[in-house]
Amino acid sequence: MTSVKEQQSIQTEFQARMDQDELLNCMRCGFCLPTCPTYIESGHKESHSPRGRIALMKAVVDGLIEPDEEVERSLDLCLGCRACEPVCPSGVKYGFLLEEARDIIQQNKKHSAPVKLVRKTVFEGLFPHQDRMRMAMGLVGFYQRSGLQTVTRKTGIMKLFPDSLASMEKVLPKVPTLKEMKNRPEHLPAIGTQTKKVAFFSGCLMDTMFLETNNATMKLLQHAGCEIVTPKNQACCGALHGHSGEKASAKELAKRNIQAFEDLDVDYIITNAGGCGAFLVDYDHLLKDDPAWSERAVAFTAKIKDISQILYELDFHKKVNMQLPYQVITYQDSCHLRNVMKTASAPRALLASIQGVEFREMKDADRCCGSAGIYNIVESEMSMQILDYKMAQTKATHATTIVTANPGCLLQMKLGIEREGLSDKMRAVHIVDLLLEAVESRH
Amino acid sequence: MGLHDVKDKLIAIVGAENYEDSKVSRLVYSYDATPDMQALPDAVLSPRNTKEVSEIVKLCNEHKIPIVPRGSGSNLCGGTCPIEGGIVLLFKHMNQILELDEENLTVTVQPGAITLDIINTVEAKGLFYPPDPSSMKISTIGGNINENSGGLRGLKYGVTRDYVLALEVVLPNGDIVRTGGKLAKDVAGYDLTRLYVGSEGTLGVITEATLKLVPKPETKKVMLAHYQDLEAAARTVSSIIAHKIIPATMEFLDQPTLKVVEDFAQIGLPTDVQAVLLIEQDGPPEVVARDMQKMAELCKAEQAVFVQVAETDAEAEALMTARRAALSACARLKPTTILEDATVPRSEIARMVRGINKIAEKYQLNICTFGHAGDGNLHPTVPTDARDHEEMERVEEAFAEIFELAIDLGGTITGEHGVGVMKAPYLEWKLGKEGIGVMKAIKQSLDPNNIMNPGKVFAKETRKRVVVSQ
Repeated sequence: MTSVKEQQSIQTEFQARMDQDELLNCMRCGFCLPTCPTYIESGHKESHSPRGRIALMKAVVDGLIEPDEEVERSLDLCLGCRACEPVCPSGVKYGFLLEEARDIIQQNKKHSAPVKLVRKTVFEGLFPHQDRMRMAMGLVGFYQRSGLQTVTRKTGIMKLFPDSLASMEKVLPKVPTLKEMKNRPEHLPAIGTQTKKVAFFSGCLMDTMFLETNNATMKLLQHAGCEIVTPKNQACCGALHGHSGEKASAKELAKRNIQAFEDLDVDYIITNAGGCGAFLVDYDHLLKDDPAWSERAVAFTAKIKDISQILYELDFHKKVNMQLPYQVITYQDSCHLRNVMKTASAPRALLASIQGVEFREMKDADRCCGSAGIYNIVESEMSMQILDYKMAQTKATHATTIVTANPGCLLQMKLGIEREGLSDKMRAVHIVDLLLEAVESRH
Repeated sequence: MGLHDVKDKLIAIVGAENYEDSKVSRLVYSYDATPDMQALPDAVLSPRNTKEVSEIVKLCNEHKIPIVPRGSGSNLCGGTCPIEGGIVLLFKHMNQILELDEENLTVTVQPGAITLDIINTVEAKGLFYPPDPSSMKISTIGGNINENSGGLRGLKYGVTRDYVLALEVVLPNGDIVRTGGKLAKDVAGYDLTRLYVGSEGTLGVITEATLKLVPKPETKKVMLAHYQDLEAAARTVSSIIAHKIIPATMEFLDQPTLKVVEDFAQIGLPTDVQAVLLIEQDGPPEVVARDMQKMAELCKAEQAVFVQVAETDAEAEALMTARRAALSACARLKPTTILEDATVPRSEIARMVRGINKIAEKYQLNICTFGHAGDGNLHPTVPTDARDHEEMERVEEAFAEIFELAIDLGGTITGEHGVGVMKAPYLEWKLGKEGIGVMKAIKQSLDPNNIMNPGKVFAKETRKRVVVSQ
């Protein structure tokens, strides 16, 4: 429950902090409605649409409504996929409004002790510290290798957890060993003629659980003629914090990253996770009111580029021969890569240039898969409803390979495959892993 | 007003899950796309069928509770804003395309069906439903019928009214009537179908509609003519029609509009010209080719500086989509966007455009003008800020003059958006006392308790007409 006192302080801060011009900029034309997954899946409930959510935020500012549980519910159920932004003719920055609103609500709420502990552990104790991330993932690795996983599965203890979490446990990739996670190269030369010097944003989850994908990314960059620097002192991008109403921590992480990258003298900073990339590219907004950092943030964000985009721009697909055994592949957009980083055609062009395979576009590939950070855990029901729709579209293409561009999407699609009982017929891969597979299986 | 006495009865009709009266659910149905307008309903109901609608209406009539039927809330006249409270009716359960009749060329739909879904469904069968309001991706057909929506193709194909053959309507007393039929000819009594099209929810609740379809045109082509002179563009419109060519679409965009639209769509629209005409023709390939060539010549004869024909379907579609976004893109300039739809006979377009520019100058306002030049339906749009009261007053004065000018040129105060709340104070200017009298008599006899969308169409007070010095 949000107490009356909490509601009052939330309301006061809404009035002080929400961007009122941006709230007014929404002219309520409704063009966003058909693109909103929660509006569609809720059976066209206006309170679960971008227009409705903005109206609610504005009503709180205007004092027309108290920020009660239902207002919070409406904001919580938003995936934050930002599919409403590219279609908004008024150019309303919905994502920024949402983040600000969530931050105000979270920071003015007194959480129960257990919730507080979990939030503190995750947001302050774990993600900002790469060594601890490695430790945590090391434990997952131990769980997988020690036989404990087999025991767990045999005892059926996972049945006590929600369905989605139980299936999630099954689809987690094999975590590398602690040693592998620690020994990361800081510097890699280009293969062949060097065309660009880039820095690699390795990410917290990507550099532990998805280490192989990071390795593949670097190999592709080398093939594309890039010299790569991967600074050790970089940190988690802060997306998880920013999206969950922990803006202050997100800002701290942003500053650490800007510091880690700004003196490197590189052409681009490359990411391979749409979710991270989109948050990095918005650092200029995150730090816009901080005079010591705003300009540095602008310089940083100007260099952010997704791996697909740079490969495409460097004509990787024209210069490097890629080939795979016949299979139908389809591509699931990463919402943040598409809607925020505006990278949608590059991954498709890369995939279409792999010889021997057939690329088939699925219907509504640009609609969220329901992963959305930790959404699939905290809003499991809606997430699974969205995933079911996604799997129906995937199956309609008869694809056996689903390509994604973000770790969250990748896990979610793996989960979808598991839930549909298609593990023996269908696989989900990160685009760089598939591209590298195609590079290595040529000839 | 509260619903305490009837709440239980309403729940008994629609089920608890379809009755909402929390603060949030009331708030999100307190507005539509009309700027600066908001009022909370007392409850929001989602009936599942006509029978439930009828029972709700009967009960509300007994208790004199206002009812506002609402589609997707994309209208611009305050039509679905519940200004007197009461009940908002949603049609999310009544959104099916019921039948596509390929022998009679009709489609029968429920009011909640999305316009574009209907268009796509019929086009998949080689048929065509021409009315295409800019909001068609989200607007419901029920909303289109109640507002008699127009669109880009109005010039050649007409508007929603021209495609409604039959309706099922729940009258304000709860009775259910069926009007018209799958008939090309039908003179059995008064044309109630036409009465209900454009009635803005004030005469009953439309619960089903049968729409006329035509064969889908074989091809279409789009071209863009650039002008450095606004009036030359306007003259071209008259010239094309005078040469007996009726294009499917003939849209006018002035420079301020071009700039904001290009900013949003980024498809290479020219921003260094005073105006463009966006022209689409459809039909058999040879006719389209001939018309396009002739129209290009006519554009050049009227001093078009450049004429470009879209090379691909994708390019053509991008141009049309960009035009549909014109209104909302104008909203980028300032927080509040006031848009009107004064309409004149198409022969008067040049005079109207000139007049609007003079009025803009007089009131020192930035007016973007775009619209369906081919059918005389212009959209002078003012980007402003609702918080700036002084400017808002000037905007109101300017629009009063624009309406006045439209009427003087033989036009009307609203071509396609409807009267609703926004245009109600001006309605008498167009209709005269007698015209209003007839309409009030109809309203009074069908809805004596004034429960259907009260406060719309008829104003408490008519605005005093200003005298425009020409």
